[in-house]
Order: sequence, then C-alpha cells, then structure tokens
Amino acid sequence: MSQSSPATLQAESDFTVESLFGSPEGRKILTCMQCGMCASTCPYGDVMEFPPRRIIATLREGDMERVFTSTGLLNCVACYACMAKCPRGIALTEVLLPLVKEQVFLRLEETPAELQKALQNTFRYGNPTGESPKKRAAWAKDAGVPVRILSDDPRPTDVLWFVECQGAYHPRGVDTSRATAKLFHALKVDFAILGNEERCAGECARLAGEAGLFDTLMDDNLALFQKYSFKRVVTSGAHAYDAFKHQYREREFSYPLEHTTPFFSGKLDQLRPLLKKKLDYKVTYHDSCCLGRHNGFYEEPRRLLGAIPGVELVEMCHNRVNAICCGGGGGGMWLDTYYKSKGYERLSERRVKEAIATGADVLACSCPYEISRFEDALKVLGHETMIVRDVTELLAETMEG
Amino acid sequence: MDILVVLKMVPDIVEELTLAADGRGLDRDQVRMILNESDDQALEEALLLKERHGGKVTVLALDAPELDDALFAALAKGADRAVKVAGAGDGPGTRQTGAVLGQVLEREQGLKPDLILTGVQAIDDLDGLLAPLLAHVLGLPYLGVVVRVSVDGSARKATVTKECPAGFQARFEVDLPAVLGILSAENPPRYVPVSKVRAAMKSQTIELLPAPSAGEAAVAAPKLLEMKKPEEAAQAEFLEGSLEEVSEKLCEILSGRGLM
Repeated sequence: MSQSSPATLQAESDFTVESLFGSPEGRKILTCMQCGMCASTCPYGDVMEFPPRRIIATLREGDMERVFTSTGLLNCVACYACMAKCPRGIALTEVLLPLVKEQVFLRLEETPAELQKALQNTFRYGNPTGESPKKRAAWAKDAGVPVRILSDDPRPTDVLWFVECQGAYHPRGVDTSRATAKLFHALKVDFAILGNEERCAGECARLAGEAGLFDTLMDDNLALFQKYSFKRVVTSGAHAYDAFKHQYREREFSYPLEHTTPFFSGKLDQLRPLLKKKLDYKVTYHDSCCLGRHNGFYEEPRRLLGAIPGVELVEMCHNRVNAICCGGGGGGMWLDTYYKSKGYERLSERRVKEAIATGADVLACSCPYEISRFEDALKVLGHETMIVRDVTELLAETMEG
Repeated sequence: MDILVVLKMVPDIVEELTLAADGRGLDRDQVRMILNESDDQALEEALLLKERHGGKVTVLALDAPELDDALFAALAKGADRAVKVAGAGDGPGTRQTGAVLGQVLEREQGLKPDLILTGVQAIDDLDGLLAPLLAHVLGLPYLGVVVRVSVDGSARKATVTKECPAGFQARFEVDLPAVLGILSAENPPRYVPVSKVRAAMKSQTIELLPAPSAGEAAVAAPKLLEMKKPEEAAQAEFLEGSLEEVSEKLCEILSGRGLM
C-alpha cells in the first residue's frame, strides 16, 4: 500500500532495531554465528528469501526495510524447526519471526486472498471459516454425551474445555471434539465449554503477522474467562495451547493449562481398563509443531497409542524434534493456493509420503489442522488406503468394544 | 480530485435472518449489520484512483449498527474523511436513503465531490436504485455496473468501463461530477490490519451530520404489507424400485388419471 495515512505510520513505527536490541532476547539474537542451521532445517528453506540467518545479518547492517518489504516471510509456517536447531538457542520462532512477520504483513502490497478472507472472518465471526458464531456450539448437541455450555449453565466447573475453531466447525474437527467429549465423560471429568461465546485463540493470526487481530482476540477471550469459574483450562487446539501458554500467560491468564493429549495421557491408569476393543492397526504418529518441538510433548501421544490393544506403532523417518510440519502453521492453513501458485510442494504432501513409506494403516495426529490437511494430501496423491485419525478418535474407537 | 464513496450497512446473511413478529420486515434485534459488499468495491476503486491521481476520499453513510467499525476501517485503508448522517430512522428503505443522502449532499458545502461512487447494488437493494436515485436528486449523470474508472488530468471527465450482457464491455465518457455504481474494483478490496484500524480509532474522528427532517426527506414509498418465506410447493413423487416395478407404478398412475 503506497498511501501513508497517520494510521499507517503509527502502526509501522513500533518496530525499530534499537527497541529489539534493548531487550535481553534481542541482545541474544546478536550472538548468532551465521551457521545457517536455521535455513537448512527450514521446510521451505530452499525457497525462503530471508531465513533467520539472513534476517539477522540484515538486522546487523541496519537495513531492515529490505526484509520488511519482501514477501518471502509468507513462506514461514512457524514450525519451530529453526528455533529447535539453533545452536545458540535464539528464540527465533518465539521472538524474532513474529516481530519481523508483523512488519512484513503491515507492508504487504496484496494479502493472499484466502489468508485475507480467513483473517477478516476471524475478526468478524471469531473463526477463520466465516461460520456464524451462533453455530459454534452446534456440534455439541449430537456429541452422544452431555456437553455443558457455560452460557446456559454457568455453575463452576473443574475443566474449562477450549474447543477452538477447527474442533467446533470443521466436520473432521467435530469428529475429534465428539471423541474428546466421550473421553471426558468416560473419565468422569467435570467439564464445560464456552460454546458460542468462545472466539479463536488467535495463534495463527499472530504468527501470520496479524498481531493486532491476535491482541483483539486475546482481549475478548481473557474477558470471557473472567466471566466463569473453573479450575483449569484444557484445550484440544494445539495452537490454542501454545498461545495460552506463551502469550496469554503474559497477561492475566494464570490458570493451570493442559492440552487434551497430555491430559488423557496423565489419566492413562484410569483410561486403560476402558480400552477394550482390539484395533489391528499399524499406526504412525505425526508430531505437531506446537505440541512437539515447541512444548516437548513427544511421548504422551505415543503412550496413549501404545495402550490401545492391537496397535503397532511405527515411526516416520522424521519424527519428534525432526518432524516435518503439515504446513498449516503461521497462516499456512490459508496459503496453500499461494504456495501452489509459486510452484512449491505442499508440506502436507511431503509429510504423508513419509507416512505412507512406513507401511502404516493409520496416520495419527493431535493437532486439529492436521487431519484435514493430511486427508486432502492423501486424496491429492491418490492414496486411498491410509486413514487419518486424531489420537482421541482412536481412543474413543477402542472404548466402543 | 475529491471522491465521495457512499457506504451502506446491510444485514449479514452469515447469521440466519428471522422475521419480525409483525411479519413486516426483519427482526432488527437479531440482525448483524455488515458493509455492503459492492460498496467495499467502490471504496477500493476510490482508493486506487486516489493513489493514481492524488486527491481526497470521503466516505459517507447513514448511521447504522457497526457502521463506525466500517468507517474506521475505511480511514485505515486510506480514506481521508468519514462522515455519518444520524437521525434518518431505523432501517430506512432505498428511496428514503437516496432522498436523505441527496439532500445532505445538496446542503453541505463541504461535500461537493468531483465523483460519487457507490456499490451497484446491495442485498437490500437488488434493484440497484440507490446510485440512480442519488444522481436524480443531484441532477448528475449516472452509470452503473462499472468495473473500471479512469479520470483525465483536469478531473472534468471520466472514462468508465461498464459490463454489458453477453460478456461485452462498453466504455463511456462522462462529464464530472457523476454518480457511478461500482460492480467491482480493478483490484480485490485490500486487507487492513487490525492494528491500523485500532490506530485510526485513536487518531481519527468520524464527523456527524444531522439528517434532514422527516418532512423534508419524505418520499412516496410503497407500503410493505408482508414479508415471508416462499411457501413450499407440492413435492414431486419419486418412483422407486426395479425397472419393472417403476414401469408398473407409472402405468397405474397414468391409467388412474385416465391418461392411458
């Protein structure tokens, strides 16, 4: 955008090299030794115009406008691979990339259409697909077990379950939500959801560079949490978990927090007698970037899968810290068409090829984006036999026996 | 060049619309309002013209729920001035809107644009009457279904591309000022980051103008008797079964009605 209204100038003047280097994390960025590990581990490193190493080199030269006006950072799917591998331990995906991506986003001449629509929808309707906020809790009616909605029944609850957009609206996300409700119910967990009042946690908006939208959503959700009485937050959104733990925590979010996969893993002793039906599946597990690399939950999902009778667990060549992102993070969920137009391979396709190579029947996940992305990728590759399931879906299936 | 963009808030059909208890319109308490889609196109075209030729873009609208958000978004995108007209009643019809805005534009010396753009139609104005009504009140030329506007250096004339049936496009030359009903801008409407909208809310203001009195803006509008969903027509009957069974049933029906 070439116009420079006062609003534009104000929003763009917040970022300066000096203000970044004034912080301890900023000073740590200067310890970068330009080894290039970040660029070589980045799943889009081959097409990334400004991988972290080059961003830092440009930052040192004091010529950040070159970085800010390039569209290269749209290729960053915020997968934490560069940060996990940085020998200096620089908080690349936590600190540097969101700051830089925000500046890039403010200067984009044209926002890719699907991303623009998703962000506009999230701002207006609280979900990226543009569904009515009044239908956010519609899935709960057919959950098969009672799901208490706090706006209808505001009594205090032990667990506030934050369902998130994909789990509330996407047909496959809804499947996972129903399985999750069934598990809560079987474990006699006192739980309730926010229902139609819940709004997107905003993690993807922030890591796409839309920091203002993230702040708005965070304000809305924090105000909502204040309305009700609960002991802890459990979310089935891996990205929501990440936002709560690392961003909302900086504000007035002080509740104990868990993601559903580690939560159920912690209740495995109680869960085990319920896992009756034998599932003769060979399963490979895809580590979500947010749960795995960023928060270290590698063994919890595997423990749950291993407890299912009949399941044989096999690993993909890239697993745990080396897992390849499904391509959905950092706004990537709405950039598939953009990447395709640039001729890039879809990361979800790269990943399912690895899953297929293991000979597994089932590709298991624990982040709601992955199911639809991997199912689409399998269709694109014409591989009809592999099925994709959330870990909770497999647990619910084995409880049916 | 001074460009005026007339914006209008319309019911958002993402939410299910419900009828008011008296059956004479929508239940306004249940409706959420959103900026009319083709008005957003008109705003984009205006911003592109400003970027190309310089000048000022003013957005003008009748007050409505959630209008301020739309006006601040327009300011954040690059509009220079936002004006809302209050006191024109709750949900005025298109004729009323045209009369009120027309009189405001005639009255206000500070609102004498070279070009007036608005959406070619709206979800509550499928006839696309607002722009021609405005042109009529102001005595200005009108062109609708416009997809491209270019203005000469003097801002006295514009060349306007209009969509025509059967996939044709026609170019017109029109003297300015003129009123144009925009179908689509040359680029899709731009995204405006929320931080820029928030900054606009802090640093810019929306000007408030009174509507002309009800008597002054009175229009002879037809009276709405009833609004309802279409009644379901009789269902078609599907014959099911094997080819023989279906043929037999068909013969029964036809002979039963004396048709064979």
